[in-house]
Amino acid sequence: MSATGIGAAVRRKEDLRFITGKGKYTDDVVRPGETRAVFVRSPHAHAKINSIDVSAARKMPGVVDVLTGKDLATDKIGNLICGWMIHSKDGTPMKMAPHPALAADKVCHVGDAVAVVIAETQAQARDAAEKVKVDYQVMPAVVDPGKAKSGPQIHDVAPKNTIYEWSLGDAKAVDAAFALAKHVTKLDIVNNRLVPNAIEPRVALAEYDAGTDQLTLWNTTQNPHVSRLVIAAFVGMAPEHKLRVIAPDVGGGFGSKIFIYPEEVVCLWAARKVGRPVKWTADRSESFVTDAHGRDHVTHAELALDASGKMLAMRVKTIANLGAYMSTFSSSVPTYLYATLLSGQYDIPQIYCEVDAVYTNTVPVDAYRGAGRPEATFVVERLVEVAARQMDIDPADLRKRNFIKSFPHQTPVIMAYDAGDYNASLKKALELADVKGFNKRKRDAARDGKLRGLGYSTYIEACGIAPSQAVGSLGCGVGLWESAEVRVNPTGSVEVLTGTHAHGQGHETTFAQLVSERLGIPFENVSIVHGDTDKVQFGMGTYGSRSGAVGMSAIVKALDKIEAKAKKVAAHMLEAAEGDIEFKDGKFTVAGTDKSAAWGDVSLNAYIAHKFAGQELEPGLKETSFYDPTNFTFPAGCHICEVEVDRDTGKTEIVNWTAVDDFGTVINPMIVEGQVHGGIAQGIGQALLEGAVYDKDGQLVTGSLMDYCMPHAHDLPSFQVGLTETKSPSNPLGIKGCGEAGAIAAPAAVINAITDAIGNEELGMPATAQTVWAALKRGQPRQAA
Amino acid sequence: MYNFTFHRPTTVRQAAGLLARNPEAKLLAGGHSLLPVMKLRLANPSALIDLSLVEGLSGVEQKGRSIVIGAMTRHADAANSPVLQQVLPGLASVPASIGDPQVRNRGTIGGSIANNDPNADYPAACLGLGATIITNKRRIAADDFFTGMFSTALEEGEIIAKVSFPIAKKAAYEKFKHPASGFALVGVFVSKRGADIRVAVTGAGASGVFRVKSFEEALKKRFAAKSLEGMTIPASGMNSDIHASAEYRAHLVGVLARRALVKATA
Repeated sequence: MSATGIGAAVRRKEDLRFITGKGKYTDDVVRPGETRAVFVRSPHAHAKINSIDVSAARKMPGVVDVLTGKDLATDKIGNLICGWMIHSKDGTPMKMAPHPALAADKVCHVGDAVAVVIAETQAQARDAAEKVKVDYQVMPAVVDPGKAKSGPQIHDVAPKNTIYEWSLGDAKAVDAAFALAKHVTKLDIVNNRLVPNAIEPRVALAEYDAGTDQLTLWNTTQNPHVSRLVIAAFVGMAPEHKLRVIAPDVGGGFGSKIFIYPEEVVCLWAARKVGRPVKWTADRSESFVTDAHGRDHVTHAELALDASGKMLAMRVKTIANLGAYMSTFSSSVPTYLYATLLSGQYDIPQIYCEVDAVYTNTVPVDAYRGAGRPEATFVVERLVEVAARQMDIDPADLRKRNFIKSFPHQTPVIMAYDAGDYNASLKKALELADVKGFNKRKRDAARDGKLRGLGYSTYIEACGIAPSQAVGSLGCGVGLWESAEVRVNPTGSVEVLTGTHAHGQGHETTFAQLVSERLGIPFENVSIVHGDTDKVQFGMGTYGSRSGAVGMSAIVKALDKIEAKAKKVAAHMLEAAEGDIEFKDGKFTVAGTDKSAAWGDVSLNAYIAHKFAGQELEPGLKETSFYDPTNFTFPAGCHICEVEVDRDTGKTEIVNWTAVDDFGTVINPMIVEGQVHGGIAQGIGQALLEGAVYDKDGQLVTGSLMDYCMPHAHDLPSFQVGLTETKSPSNPLGIKGCGEAGAIAAPAAVINAITDAIGNEELGMPATAQTVWAALKRGQPRQAA
Repeated sequence: MYNFTFHRPTTVRQAAGLLARNPEAKLLAGGHSLLPVMKLRLANPSALIDLSLVEGLSGVEQKGRSIVIGAMTRHADAANSPVLQQVLPGLASVPASIGDPQVRNRGTIGGSIANNDPNADYPAACLGLGATIITNKRRIAADDFFTGMFSTALEEGEIIAKVSFPIAKKAAYEKFKHPASGFALVGVFVSKRGADIRVAVTGAGASGVFRVKSFEEALKKRFAAKSLEGMTIPASGMNSDIHASAEYRAHLVGVLARRALVKATA
């Protein structure tokens, strides 16, 4: 391992820029003649629009234009779409309702945009927006997914507000297995709705060049090419080659910046209409009611076991709230990203899962860090923990008895796990967490009036999304390969253009480490380019912990080609046969001789081409690749949470956290640890602090950071982080991905720990002090075995 | 934010004059309650009268058997005041518990009590110590000052100059923080000064800060946590919202009062 190669804890190249305020975010981009857009948004959750009067707003100072949904329809701007087709059990396709970027006839959630004011300044646009008069006819709303089917119908295309009723697995086989079970554990689970809250709010800046008929969009997106494709091909804004999408520095996404949102569509349209650049920057209040939310499942789950604790079957029924419209990938989250992971780390012969997706008068719900897999892990790991307690088996032991031990392993829910060692991560975690000493710590805590509890989460996820054939067969509208281009400059420095996108992950560092290791050149001589459809060839972007497993694999493939070409150049330089050239540590040598050429000499020769004729070898040293993985990757591990509950107030303190993860090959352990920390923080946020609350009229009660609690540093313990390693056989580097693991593992570990402490399994998330106090007060004894 | 006129008087008299001439104006102290609602366009004052240049409104000093805190004293300065930490540490712990460093470096005692947010901390300290609020016109006892949620005895044109706290021998504040905002979900201030025993509660009451007479009675026998063992207050007058039910708040009042007493008598 070199000092800057694979496995080195190199400091992040990008941090100096970010922490000294030199990052360049979308809002920092300023175009000549730029105008500002402010949206007029519905204050009602569900209402018919009788009329919109923009005449007073138009007369306000500085106003350039005021546009409504009617104007959008007149200009034939298409609707936003959901790009993953799900079919119901009866074979009917999902009921995708029209989602115009500006509502023309009715609004379906608080925050739904009905008009946009374009003005010289932000303040003028905001002043004028207040003068837009919208006559609403308010209708009853439904916000609770459990009540959606009997609530007021939101979209004509979706009777009973039902988008699909989907299932996976063999119901009859599951019934048969349950009939033979000695023990059945049943749980009702609500997976609470979350608001992503990336630190940088969403921003769109659009510019139209009438001379070239070219549109440019600067946007806070995790996937500029996908954004361009959807806006060109489905929304019909412009042909793909006349639209450029640039995602400069992006300050956090967590999934919420994958999607194509109304605001960027409106800015593009308005920029062409008014003939000037149009910028929209969300404020935090707007983010709360427009960024796609996460989770929001209501589930009943059952696990059947035999007398020895062997798992026989699992049955799960989930209602998933997709909100008012189907966001870009919303349909896939509670189906193929959820039910396919219900086997967890366990050998469960039969699993059956039904998912009903429903519309409600709430902000659309889509992928949020983990996307479906946190929900699945929560179901599985709560079931297993409760089953162990009910059967009086040690929870770690019950897990061990059921772990999958041989690979590949075909689960009953599509996924074929390719590699893992679940015992290894559990064993290491048990040691690091000093589980043996827990009983003593529990007694000590009891003397201080504290209730101590221990909770496990042996999670699994499917990452590195994913083989195009596989996702295509499951309904995905795109392929999920990745692309790379490696440009070697004449002086030997290297530019890597990647189709992935970094919004905090540190790609500029890790990707450079890969190139440094592979080419034997200094880490500083590598730059990473992403986020511009005019620079980078088509790529799929970053989500689902895919940038390492898929994105870096594409770079490896391009580097293979670079090496092959460079060897040809070296062969000409060294007057040797191509087959005799060896490449190691940045040096080309002729096997069995002392003849050699340095990397920089070869790159220079590739471009000056003095040593070979163009007919026999093309000049230049630049290669591209498109890499499609052979399978998902399956990161897995064991998190152990230890809590103390104040029995008087119900307040939970996390006193110890142990995370042992198997991410396959690790490129930069420091960055990986940071990803684990951040993921756990978000998972703890979900478990203890965060929860979007709507009132019955569809008003978001937790619409600000004063009411919606994001995790703070003081809410978190110091994490004890360890790694185990089984390499992924599905990509050349053996990487599995680490971005989501913490958020996936953590909620179950926290709730398992608190329920252990308080002796009551009926505990919702977020487990606020009041919630825990109420559960303590109910003092309901554990459900009998 | 809408447009407004910004005034920066240098004396209380000037500030009062500006206030008299601009009935729609608001006094600006630390601004940590006022500016956010203005930014959200929920408040629309015609003018702001900034008190930060007014001489003599800041500082913590001991005057006889009282601690006097100027109205414009920032929370951080009060919390870190050596004299306050020495003679009345229970009071120093109140500003130390407010918000985050940014808030503590801007927010002021005068702003806090004039706003009388039902979840604010200082009102509990004022009521819990029997403070006197000194304005440009008169002296108002804390018992008469806080008249309900976001409402005080201050009259038009009246400006708080300072707050005088009697030095109690035993005093402590115990706060259960709202996890998101850092405000008091419930906060209890207890004190004993001779025969004057006070238990003041913020965050819980449907009409703002209040005293718990039943607790005070019980503490007359002995000023100790044990005297309140098993005691609670009725949930009926308590605030109830998504963060805490009336029942939970009432329960916390008992728990926090006992904890404050442990601190005060340590």
